Amino acid sequence: MSVLQTIWLIVRKDLTIETRSGEIAFTTLFFAISCILAFAFALVREGKPPEDGGAGVLWIAIMFSGNLALGRTFERERQSETLRALLLAPTSRPAIYLGKLLGLMALLTAAELLLVPLVAYFFQAPMFRHPVWLTVIVVTGTLGFASVGTLFAAMLVRARSRDMLLPVLLYPLTFPVIMAGVRGTTALLQPEVDYALLRFWVQLLISFDAVFITLALWTFEPLMTDEQR
Amino acid sequence: MPSWFMRTAVACAALFIAALVFIALAPYERDMGLVQKIFYFHTPSAWMFLTAGVVCGVASARYLANPSPRFDRVAWASAELLVLFGAIALVTGPLWARKTWGVWWQWDVRLTSSLLGWMIGVAYLLVRRYAGPGSDKLAAGLALFGIANVPFIYISVNYWRTIHPPTSVVPKLPLSFGVPFYLSVTAFTLLFVMLLRLRVHLEEQRARMDSLYLSLDE
Repeated sequence: MSVLQTIWLIVRKDLTIETRSGEIAFTTLFFAISCILAFAFALVREGKPPEDGGAGVLWIAIMFSGNLALGRTFERERQSETLRALLLAPTSRPAIYLGKLLGLMALLTAAELLLVPLVAYFFQAPMFRHPVWLTVIVVTGTLGFASVGTLFAAMLVRARSRDMLLPVLLYPLTFPVIMAGVRGTTALLQPEVDYALLRFWVQLLISFDAVFITLALWTFEPLMTDEQR
Repeated sequence: MPSWFMRTAVACAALFIAALVFIALAPYERDMGLVQKIFYFHTPSAWMFLTAGVVCGVASARYLANPSPRFDRVAWASAELLVLFGAIALVTGPLWARKTWGVWWQWDVRLTSSLLGWMIGVAYLLVRRYAGPGSDKLAAGLALFGIANVPFIYISVNYWRTIHPPTSVVPKLPLSFGVPFYLSVTAFTLLFVMLLRLRVHLEEQRARMDSLYLSLDE
């Protein structure tokens, strides 16, 4: 079986479970909406949202709901004892990682399809003026976040106090991605878009993605070997 | 106590005392005055902070490739030193900044990435403490990702234009500033090496003790 087939099988498996139960999708979406509402209550004063607040709120919501989804995707494998089966399958480990990453990207993209309009609505942010640029920033940023997250969520499955440790590990490592995402989105929301600045942040996001995914692919194999148990 | 410890400790203390004397004798900098003397501590500890990060990352990478406990101990010890020296750099930096920039903190790229690097170090220690079995590999993975941040810390100040003094200041130091500065750097380096060796030694003794206990049980 080729690597691409394995990836596709894992993505399909995760999405099938998800479309049948809707567990992660619905809880993540609801949590994301609650996040946005909490920020709207905290920051919007007398009907006026803070200047450039939308970009920050969008990325914090992505970060929080991404964390929730990440914890759950691997928790499910653990509860139904399927992680071992997945790791025992005669395929390359990086293929498993990529399959999980793509499944998670699909989930987070679905969440973002709801988050972006909500932020635009509650924070009066002109999100849809440059849809292509916005898609590029959101997708590259989410990919950076999810690539690190998938690796650490997978590793934490067997650790003690994993629910607490996932954000502890994930946030410091992904702050650069979130920062570039926020700055890029802010640049996009200005009345006069500075394209040089925008291109700089997008390039930064792409290089983060490249570094993180390469590192994750390289380390997934040694990190997921389970010799002591 | 290992036999080398007393000798190194005395040498280290002597170096620190000498550094303090030279720092006291060094002239005042024209614009910044007394507060500039923070640099004799700030810069060396920031360098040790970076060194600890590199040592931790390299040891972790080697541990992932070849799981020998020695690499793991070095990685753990240097993560602790990273948090220690990072804390010194992150406290002395704002003390200087308050006087010179007028604010405690600036979201300048170098400050931000140092803070993030330090937080990754703290996360490393949290993982070691609370993740239970398998935390060694988990922490090694974290360190490896953390070291991907280190080049950003060092290059960023030359890359993005920021208000942090650039790294090119150090090679151009006049002699009166340079002597106490490099004395201080040597003292900090020796302290770093000493603490690292001591910490690794402690873990080795602990592992030996554990294996002795186990053999007693059998």
